[in-house]
Amino acid sequence: MNPAHENVVSTLTNYVFPNDLHVHWSMMIALYPYITGIVAGAFIVSSLYHVFKIESLKPVSRFSLLFALAFLACATLPLLCHLGRPERNFNIMLTPNPSSAMAGFGYIYGAYGLVLFLEILFIFRPTLVHLKGQSSGLMKIIYRALTCDSSNLSEQSLELDRKIIAFLAAIGIPMACVLHGYVGFIFGGIKANPTWATPLMPVIFLLSACVSGVSGIILAYILIKSFRGQYIDLECVKTCTKFLAGFFIVDFTFEMLEIFSHSYLYTEHYHMVDRLLAGPLYVSFWEWQVGLLSVVPLLLLGILCLTRISDASYKLLASVVSFMLLLQVVFMRWNVVIGGQLISKSDRGFTQFHPEWFDKEGILTAIVLMTLPLIILFVLSKIFPFWNEEDKDLNRKEVGGT
Amino acid sequence: MSRTDKTPNAVSGGVPDMATELNGDRRAFIKKVLKGAIGGSLLLVIPLEAGVGEKQENDFDKIPEQIPGIRGQEYDMSSRQFAFVVDITRCIGCGSCCVADKREYNVPDGNYRTWVERYVKDFDDNVYVDSPKGGVEGYQEPRPELKGKIRDTFFVPKLCNMCKKPSCVQVCPVGATFKSPDGFILVDSKRCVGCGYCIQACPYSARFLHPVTRTAEKCTWCYHRVRKGLLPVCVHVCPTKARKFGDMNDKKSEVYKILRSHDVITVLKKDMGNAPSLYYKGVRREVV
Repeated sequence: MNPAHENVVSTLTNYVFPNDLHVHWSMMIALYPYITGIVAGAFIVSSLYHVFKIESLKPVSRFSLLFALAFLACATLPLLCHLGRPERNFNIMLTPNPSSAMAGFGYIYGAYGLVLFLEILFIFRPTLVHLKGQSSGLMKIIYRALTCDSSNLSEQSLELDRKIIAFLAAIGIPMACVLHGYVGFIFGGIKANPTWATPLMPVIFLLSACVSGVSGIILAYILIKSFRGQYIDLECVKTCTKFLAGFFIVDFTFEMLEIFSHSYLYTEHYHMVDRLLAGPLYVSFWEWQVGLLSVVPLLLLGILCLTRISDASYKLLASVVSFMLLLQVVFMRWNVVIGGQLISKSDRGFTQFHPEWFDKEGILTAIVLMTLPLIILFVLSKIFPFWNEEDKDLNRKEVGGT
Repeated sequence: MSRTDKTPNAVSGGVPDMATELNGDRRAFIKKVLKGAIGGSLLLVIPLEAGVGEKQENDFDKIPEQIPGIRGQEYDMSSRQFAFVVDITRCIGCGSCCVADKREYNVPDGNYRTWVERYVKDFDDNVYVDSPKGGVEGYQEPRPELKGKIRDTFFVPKLCNMCKKPSCVQVCPVGATFKSPDGFILVDSKRCVGCGYCIQACPYSARFLHPVTRTAEKCTWCYHRVRKGLLPVCVHVCPTKARKFGDMNDKKSEVYKILRSHDVITVLKKDMGNAPSLYYKGVRREVV
């Protein structure tokens, strides 16, 4: 029994506004920030070498750019699958509304894609020129196109390349931050949703982007190298893991801080956030995202960074942690995007979400969209040599690094 | 004229001759009364479109003007500031507004441009809210599952709040949702990409994605009718005058008088900062 005039609103009788029963942003919108996050994170790994000159990251510096490009190529696909009228998608660039966070998408994405692509072309230019000479047929045409049919490898032109690469990598960092910070703001800018409307949202998105990007690079590096039976540079993996630990500690702290401040401030909508996390999201948030996929990886990262273990164990454990953190970010995106929409704006109840297998935005589409970047990465590997040691040209003429 | 307006006229067709008839043939009089009654009740049964006579179908101009000062004049958008008032104390939860709205726009099932909520409060101050099918079938039965003694119950019609600081307009990436100078928030369905951002941003959940056009839709306060000098269809059909609509720049309008009166007037989710043009008279703090 409530004392008179208490809990007039917070009595949850599960009334959901009639238009809130349907979850409008489903899995595709959870996938979209996941993919752009991987792009931004992978790019930052590359920049750590190209801009901040962290030498031990050299083995993955080129690969991470291609990794970012493969995912960037697919970043718009979930959005196109989601749009009610995908054929009108160019309206977003033709008639952008300056007050809309989403309107920036076309320009930010386009500009970032251009910077990334140009950086790849300039970093790989000597290699591409070299490969152009060796290839024939279709591959020769591709290499001619990618090098703009220039074979100039004079010291003067390489010096210019270095300057251009430094410039692109430098502006690439703020652009990667803007790309993903803006994605966070798409959610953070919705005041009608109490779980989204926090200035921490872009920060959390950006940090989790770094986490997913670095994890992706570590996992892909170890897997591809092991699969091909090639040498794994453990120094590189260790440096990546340390950065991963740093990013993840801050990311997880902010994620918890957001929940804590909701709880401590006990604001108007807290009764909804609290019951959302204790009810519909209990398993996916507390058990999966926080328990299994955050606390456990933190412990494992502690072991990796602070204790001495054998090289083989290190590689295995680093792969496991990376995989777990890639999943953690999936759960985080899910809990933010889908979970946030489960709260009805009636402040009195929760709706439900059941993903479909064969829907336009269904599970199958999600699987295809997550496989596609890997296929693109495979195709890219046929054009661009991923690893420095495969690239004899690089060993002769150092470009892009110190 | 609506069908409810027609019925009394039809039935009372013979009333002026009543005295003569009474003095004359009583049997003939009874026959005429019966004919009148049957004829009148037939008019009740035969469905007519709300506000439109058979020969005047879709001909707005032949319907008497309902909002003064719009017909036959050049429409000056910037000189108008429309407001909507919902009087909670008058709503009886009949659902006529929802029926009229659904028919006016052919709203697909499961989506709502307007809906009516039923609030039930028991003696323990528990508040139970429901809106089955958006209240389109009216609230004819009490909620059977509520066993406690009911202290109070009331109905709250909901529709687009036509905010002065609309979140939906702010977030629409392509400018398909816009605010007109006369205070309407409208959607250009030819421009909308169907991203659903406005649906997320609306604090009142007044929007939905139309399953056929796959673009955002919402209540327009019947802009097409207002421009013809007619009231929104839900206002027109409301039998208890719980919904009121008018121009705040017209000092003779009912909404102007209500909003300048001593009545308890509020807007929903005031702290959201959207400054709605939809006002509620006599609303209770339980209402979200």
